[in-house]
Amino acid sequence: MTSNPMAGAVRRGRQYVPLLVTSVLLVLMFSVGSVQYDGFLSGQVLLNLLIDNAFLLVVAVGMTFVVLTGGIDLSVGAVVALSTMLSAWLVERHGWPPLLVIPLVLVVGTVAGFVMGWVIHSFEIQPFIVTLAGMFLARGLCYTISIDSISITDPTYTAFAQTRIPLPGDLFVSPSVLVAVGVVAVAFVVLHHTRLGRNVYALGGSEQSALLMGLPVARTKIAVYAVSGFCSSLGGVLLTFYMLSGYGLHAVGLELDAIAAVVIGGTLLTGGSGYLLGTVLGVLVLGLIQTLISFQGTLSSWWTRIVIGGLLFVFILLQRLIVGRRKV
Amino acid sequence: MPAQSAQQPVLEVRGIRKEFPGVVALDGVDFRLFPGEVHALMGENGAGKSTLIKVLTGVHPSDGGEVVLDGRPVRIAGPLQAQLAGISTVYQEVNLCPNLSVAENILIGREPRRFGLVHWSELRRRAAESVADLDLDIDVSAPLDSYSTAVQQLVAIVRAVEVSAKVLILDEPTSSLDREEVRQLFAVMRRLRDQGVAILFVSHFLDQVYEICDRMTVLLGGRLEGEYLTGELRQVDLVARMIGGEPSDPGEPSDSARREPAEGADAPPFLRADGLARSGAIEPYDLTIRSGEVVGLAGLLGSGRTEAARLLFGADHSTRGSVRIEGAEVSLRTPRTAISHGIAFCPEDRKTEGLIGELTVRENIVLALQAARGWTRPLSGTRQDEIALHWIRALGIRPGNPEALVRNLSGGNQQKVLLARWLITDPKLLILDEPTRGIDVGAKAEIQKLVADLAGDGMSVLFISAELEEVLRLCHRVGVLRDRRLVAELPNDGSLTPESIMATIASGAQS
Amino acid sequence: MTKHRLFWPAVVLAVLLLANLAFTPDFFAIRIKDGHLYGSLIDILHFGAPLVLVALGMTLVIATGGIDLSVGSTVAIAGALACLHISEAADPASPGTVVASVAIALAVALVLGVANGVLVARVGVQPIIATLILMVAGRGVAQLVTGGQIITVTSGPYRLIGGGYWLAVPFAVLLAVVVVLLTALLTRRTALGLLLESVGGNPVASRLVGIRASGLIALVYVFSALCAAVAGLMISSNVSSADGNNAGLWIELDAILAVVVGGTSLTGGRFSLGGTVLGALIIQALSTTIYTIGIPPETTLVFKAFVVITVCLIQSPAFRAKAVRRRSSATRSARPRPLKTEEAEA
Repeated sequence: MTSNPMAGAVRRGRQYVPLLVTSVLLVLMFSVGSVQYDGFLSGQVLLNLLIDNAFLLVVAVGMTFVVLTGGIDLSVGAVVALSTMLSAWLVERHGWPPLLVIPLVLVVGTVAGFVMGWVIHSFEIQPFIVTLAGMFLARGLCYTISIDSISITDPTYTAFAQTRIPLPGDLFVSPSVLVAVGVVAVAFVVLHHTRLGRNVYALGGSEQSALLMGLPVARTKIAVYAVSGFCSSLGGVLLTFYMLSGYGLHAVGLELDAIAAVVIGGTLLTGGSGYLLGTVLGVLVLGLIQTLISFQGTLSSWWTRIVIGGLLFVFILLQRLIVGRRKV
Repeated sequence: MPAQSAQQPVLEVRGIRKEFPGVVALDGVDFRLFPGEVHALMGENGAGKSTLIKVLTGVHPSDGGEVVLDGRPVRIAGPLQAQLAGISTVYQEVNLCPNLSVAENILIGREPRRFGLVHWSELRRRAAESVADLDLDIDVSAPLDSYSTAVQQLVAIVRAVEVSAKVLILDEPTSSLDREEVRQLFAVMRRLRDQGVAILFVSHFLDQVYEICDRMTVLLGGRLEGEYLTGELRQVDLVARMIGGEPSDPGEPSDSARREPAEGADAPPFLRADGLARSGAIEPYDLTIRSGEVVGLAGLLGSGRTEAARLLFGADHSTRGSVRIEGAEVSLRTPRTAISHGIAFCPEDRKTEGLIGELTVRENIVLALQAARGWTRPLSGTRQDEIALHWIRALGIRPGNPEALVRNLSGGNQQKVLLARWLITDPKLLILDEPTRGIDVGAKAEIQKLVADLAGDGMSVLFISAELEEVLRLCHRVGVLRDRRLVAELPNDGSLTPESIMATIASGAQS
Repeated sequence: MTKHRLFWPAVVLAVLLLANLAFTPDFFAIRIKDGHLYGSLIDILHFGAPLVLVALGMTLVIATGGIDLSVGSTVAIAGALACLHISEAADPASPGTVVASVAIALAVALVLGVANGVLVARVGVQPIIATLILMVAGRGVAQLVTGGQIITVTSGPYRLIGGGYWLAVPFAVLLAVVVVLLTALLTRRTALGLLLESVGGNPVASRLVGIRASGLIALVYVFSALCAAVAGLMISSNVSSADGNNAGLWIELDAILAVVVGGTSLTGGRFSLGGTVLGALIIQALSTTIYTIGIPPETTLVFKAFVVITVCLIQSPAFRAKAVRRRSSATRSARPRPLKTEEAEA
């Protein structure tokens, strides 16, 4: 047959390019940090990256599902905020037991995602405008609950927040890290080893084809937004542990960080190509930028945004090169 | 040659009917398909081919008649149901996911699973087996888009067969394949036929149809024209049946509307194309168009008529050859450059390529002139109204309101708006692609008269039409295309008849 | 009458304003105090002026089938640059300083707009993605300019832009009116509007008509950035300070909302500047109403969510088709629905 093995290998290799670039970037940033700053080269600095960004990791996993289908979810930051608010309000103001509140919050987030997915699919409205409305709604609901921050003193929450799980070599992680790692593991299996996951990729490759191949397009499309809603609310629960408060202004702009992590992790914004592992690397890159800037000391925190913007620019151009060649 | 009469058809369609608003696309069509045959479905634009395929694959529900599969009437509710019932389709645009591996594309939706998870090694093994079954050599773990369209086409067939297709519909699978790739495809088709699969083959290439098909069904204007054994129908007869030997409408002028070119046959050429080609679309062709001359392009649907014209307008890039306008070589890279050289183009698909539906008649009419002037040199409101009203009157556009939205106009009036748009730019060459298709008889006659008048005033016209009577009535010369090749250029000197053009299309050579 | 495209936005605005009358009997009263006009209606116009400007730029971008998410960042950057220049100048109150600060802000906005335009029109990145970059980085840039502080300025001439009065009318309102009129002239007196609508309505046909789309598309992103910059000047001038973090936060969403409410479709094509102005005033009136009724102002977001989704549903052909089918199947329920999916096997 007229297959050209060389061209095939080159093509196949190309989809790993962004992932490779991200890995190199990560190693490079870590090396630079280690050479420049004392105490940078330690396992705990790496683990702190995970501790500080556990909630972002969970949210970015959900975003990966959505972006793989070629969609976008702008509501994640607002759903995270709503989850912190709902948790704090129910636990502190109404004295509900955390074991009841947490599942309830997860259900609320999942249902919100499901409804957005349903509207997007049934009425063929662009995902960005529907999730934008979702964002308004979730932030608005936060404020109808309370304008001010509600801090949490519930013993279960504080215990969870303060727990440190020791690792060999004087290292430790927080329980949130374990949750995040668990989410990544489950999401990896779902994306790469279940029909739902493969349908997500197929949908991102070509919705028209997926339809003609008889795949459950409607179900898959709604499912990814529900997954994203679930991940956002879980991220919200983790953020509640981290901040020990509920506030309508928590996680402002988180949707941008999540999208940036997904893009820097090598997932194409047009859908169909990308890896969950890449998203993990993307989150680490974002975290490492923050760590580097805080180690540097004189650079201000806004450099984080500028650097993330710059990285987004580079990776979007990179994507453009890859997609541009494929389409032509 | 399989003997059908003794066998029961695997698929039979009886009296199928399908209406769209304002059009009867299929009008009581019968069709049968036997196991172990390759059957061609032939017909021109509007014959109902694609509607029939869409009904069979469950994309459109039928409005009447029945589909019988293996002796039992079935109702096909969607693509999935069609596949489950044993009818699989491979489209011209490969409908697979380019980002997934070949193996996944073959088996997605039916992946083998273990403990609820996709069993990858089994998936690859089964896919490789299916590929080997058809004697193909494709690495199933490679992503689909690392292969050429031809291989992707074959993968689509492997998928279709894997779903255990009794009926395989191939909708223009060869349109973008080269000769060698077509040979490979045919080898696979023959193999499947020998395994007892019934194959419905749609192609614009007559040679291919005659090479691979056992029987053919011809549709004409939404009705069954006839069913023939390939060996018993000469190509020229097939062409005649596809185009339809209707006598010309008594309401139309039967005499020639064309006039002698103002400057005679030896007038200097306005445009000359030498060896112009675009790979995969049209083979190299030479064409000369003189001032005041109407040159026709005749050929079946998909023969390369539109593709040839688009190169002259810069709508597509040519991959070789050159164009001279009034003797000077020009590079027609974009429509804008072609327009600046005095070329205008009314595309075949008015809705998607011609009109801006949500703008008004006036705005659509002035658009080309305004685009040429640039946005900083606007036509004044009164000037626009003048132009619009003038052309609405001159061409009899109805409704006569320049502020009506163009998408609400009938086909014939939309075509006149397009003509008006270009006529105000005062072009030297007007390219008309199927300008009279799908419009009523009155508007058709008006447009034909207009073309003749314009040529009489010295404008060159390239006139593309599937209707041979129309071409003969208007054109001074006729280029005949077949299988993406300009096979002949015939002077319309009075001896040219629809039959002789058909013979040229059928034989592929100047007779 | 109801066919007119401004009819429904105008009705919504009128209803919103009338609703206020129930809570504030003197809502429509306009007083003159110290030679300045005062009143709720004037407030709506005054505070709505920046949104009108941003939405105006957004309208042209959306007409080409694009979107500009970076306007909020541009608002912040423009305000920050102007205030920084004034605060560092020897004489903050001199008109020369203010003119220079405005020029700097507009020049940088021009560069930002060109960057967006090149990414969309030349490189071919989807608009939502291309402008996302500046949306992310722009906030950082604004904070970089202000040094993370809120820069407060005391400059009479600068204060005029957003907070001052001229001929008894808030200067910001006059400025907005002038920009709206200029835009209307620019798009409707030249062929710009027609060509933009053509490119947004049918890009394929537009190419075959000989329209050079890339230049036009780049132009609208530049225009959008400039409008955002002027809005940024107004906002920072009104509070006499620049806040890199919060200035123009979420204004891109309000602007998109205003455009959609004003009747311009997100898919591009026909646009209505008048509709957008009404849309922006509706958004502003909504905020004012919620404030006067006594609901916490932050909950405006909930209302906006419902407005967005309602307007989008009304514009969605799929929704309309479903609504119509439901209605017709209710009246003719005896007739079987043609699109019903059943098992293939009889």
